[in-house]
Amino acid sequence: MSYYQGLIAETIEFTGHNGDKGEAYYARPSRAGKFPGVVLIMHMPGWDEWIIETTRKLAHHGFATIAPHLYFREGSGPPDDVGARVRAAGGVADDQVVGDAKGAAAYLRAQPNANGKVAVMGFCSGGRHAYLIACKAPEFDALVDCWGGNVVVDDPKLLNAKRPVAPIEFTANIKCPIIGLFGNDDENPNRDHVNRTEAELKRLGKNYEFHRYDGAGHAFFNYSRGPAYRAEQAADGWKKVFAFLNKNLSA
Amino acid sequence: MCSYIVEKAKMTGTAKGPDSAWRRIDTANVYYDHPYEAHLDHALCVDFICEADGGRDRVAIEISRESALELIEKIQAALAAGDAAHATAAACSVAASQTEIASLF
Repeated sequence: MSYYQGLIAETIEFTGHNGDKGEAYYARPSRAGKFPGVVLIMHMPGWDEWIIETTRKLAHHGFATIAPHLYFREGSGPPDDVGARVRAAGGVADDQVVGDAKGAAAYLRAQPNANGKVAVMGFCSGGRHAYLIACKAPEFDALVDCWGGNVVVDDPKLLNAKRPVAPIEFTANIKCPIIGLFGNDDENPNRDHVNRTEAELKRLGKNYEFHRYDGAGHAFFNYSRGPAYRAEQAADGWKKVFAFLNKNLSA
Repeated sequence: MCSYIVEKAKMTGTAKGPDSAWRRIDTANVYYDHPYEAHLDHALCVDFICEADGGRDRVAIEISRESALELIEKIQAALAAGDAAHATAAACSVAASQTEIASLF
């Protein structure tokens, strides 16, 4: 990549689950060429500034990236207030998120700058969503799971109409390569969850790489959350993510 | 932990935030999770809303676990002190009334 490349970033309309029209943040290199795509799945608190900045970071590194606002059906308003309303309603349904991600990938592939390859990447609850999306949507070419919690579910009370099945149950359906990043001090997913996920991927012969970081807990990429951010681990993690994406998304 | 866990408390009252008008509230959504704004790994969050009015607007707090525990303690202390004070006042009120009533005869 050449440094300081230009990019274009804007809020666009995309077609999500059930044909619903929603907003998404779309950032891509401004230079001519074909680029791999990334569907970036936001975390539970909302479509916040950090997710928007991370969308631009991926574009800066040469990936046409779209971050769908998974809560667009809740209407307009500050992302934190919209997120609070979604939380109060029990979150978003898994099938809806998968449908929105498929719509976002279709948007990327329809652009003249697309090289045809699209990864799904998510953080926290979005990591869980990304894992589930890779299980349910074979059109994705790579999965980046950053500390997705509740991929493994021990307490059946955490399963409900919106989230009826633990994503790990669908692991056999994953067709694409996987990278997983985890903090060893994380509570969800904790070390046992990560080990069990890895064991299932290994048992099923999946193409995966897991990276575990000492001295890091949940959300250690997120510099907007001071207590969670770990600069050294985040820098190494981003290098591994970009190496993985460059390896698996070249046309 | 990015959970979806929410404890709902029904209530009667009003709330206001900076530069906002007083509004009636009937519900507090309470959760302990990653905060949106506070520089804490986890926070006790409370969204005061009025579901009867649609529940779209909220008065919100995100506080540390220690702050939440202290707040619980202080709420209980304030209620206990208030109950005691009100009981004393009520007793005085009744006593005064009895004196006034007796003076009439």
